[in-house]
Amino acid sequence: MLVLITYDVNTESEGGKKRLRKVAKQCVNYGHRVQNSVFECMLDTTQLRQLRGILEGIIDVEKDSLRYYLLGKNYKDKVIHVGVKESLNLDAPLIL
Amino acid sequence: MKRLLNTLYISNPESYLSLDGENVVVRRDEKEVGRVPLHNIDGIVSMGFAGTSPRLMGYCAEKNISLTFLSTSGRFLATICGESKGNVILRKEQYRISDNKEQSLRIAKNMILGKVYNSKWVLERTIRDYSLRLNTEILKEKSEYLTASIKSIQQATAMDQLRGMEGEAASVYFSVFDTMILQQKDKFQFDKRNRRPPLDKVNALLSFTYTLLVSMCKSALETVGLDAYVGFMHTDRPGRASLALDLMEELRSVLADRFVLTLINKKMIHASGFYQKENGAVIMEDETRKTVIFAWQSKKQEEIVHPFLKEKIEWGMVPYVQALLLARYVRGDLDAYPPFLWK
Repeated sequence: MLVLITYDVNTESEGGKKRLRKVAKQCVNYGHRVQNSVFECMLDTTQLRQLRGILEGIIDVEKDSLRYYLLGKNYKDKVIHVGVKESLNLDAPLIL
Repeated sequence: MKRLLNTLYISNPESYLSLDGENVVVRRDEKEVGRVPLHNIDGIVSMGFAGTSPRLMGYCAEKNISLTFLSTSGRFLATICGESKGNVILRKEQYRISDNKEQSLRIAKNMILGKVYNSKWVLERTIRDYSLRLNTEILKEKSEYLTASIKSIQQATAMDQLRGMEGEAASVYFSVFDTMILQQKDKFQFDKRNRRPPLDKVNALLSFTYTLLVSMCKSALETVGLDAYVGFMHTDRPGRASLALDLMEELRSVLADRFVLTLINKKMIHASGFYQKENGAVIMEDETRKTVIFAWQSKKQEEIVHPFLKEKIEWGMVPYVQALLLARYVRGDLDAYPPFLWK
């Protein structure tokens, strides 16, 4: 299924920048960066749980937030894109 | 059940592949042209010469992601093979069977049975769909020959005898292959099967598709823990994935041959997308190769009901399911290896 992950990490506080970098790095590992703090990840339930474990271990729940949008299998009709940097469709043939 | 994952194809020879975290990163002229999380793909096929970082090779070997290198003409160059893992007991049993003539024959017979049955189905299907347009007499005649061949295969008592019957059936099948080309007939002719190098466009397409299919079979076998290099019908030879070739036999006609026919008959590819070298070898242009790969990927995602499992799966999962069934037979959970008999 497609999971959209967005985050807000408070960089004004102690260690905020470090947390931001860590969260971003983990998101890159699991998915595709569509906008600065927005990631599209093709995950199954296990992988989602794994990723949640990792991310929620990094952030500071007092200051930061994470949102997961579960778009399911038929996500293609649920996403509209306008403008530059179209995201990579991981179901379509990948030829680079 | 395993999920059908995507395959990453690298078609530009100047691309360099490396690993960053859990991503494969594709670079061209020092610039990043793409990155893909590796948990979304189960194979990388690289048709380039710039290369791949050893770290990525190691990672792929560890995570069971097949990494195959092809030359720009589609000829198989190398594949990455890491530490042997998986079930050593299963592999030892596989080696025992491979050394035992009788037991090998029992499996090989079923595989060839599958192959001839499926080739016959391809002919029958053409007869059924195009009875008004074609001279079906000749197809019927060959199909009857294959029916007889199936009977005699069941009675085969030695591997050489089986190989002879297989070769005979294959040449009968290919003798009418040209009849099944319905469109662009003046530009795509098939006389006989030739390879290394392929001498016409149809053979070029067949060879390329077989290369894609064998890499699917190989990673399927490795996923279930069998040794892709120790075959039952194909004998051992260094660097040859004999078991993958064995497994491929029954899938050639229904998956690869029909795919090639579709490409031609639906006019998805054109004669202008090929060129000929001085030695007679026919090579695909880059654009044609891309079209073929695109079509192959969507073919892999088409859903079918597996005739033995009665379960809905994608075409791309068929080699994996067959590898799984083969492993179950080797382990002794099944009485016989059930080949993929497509209807």
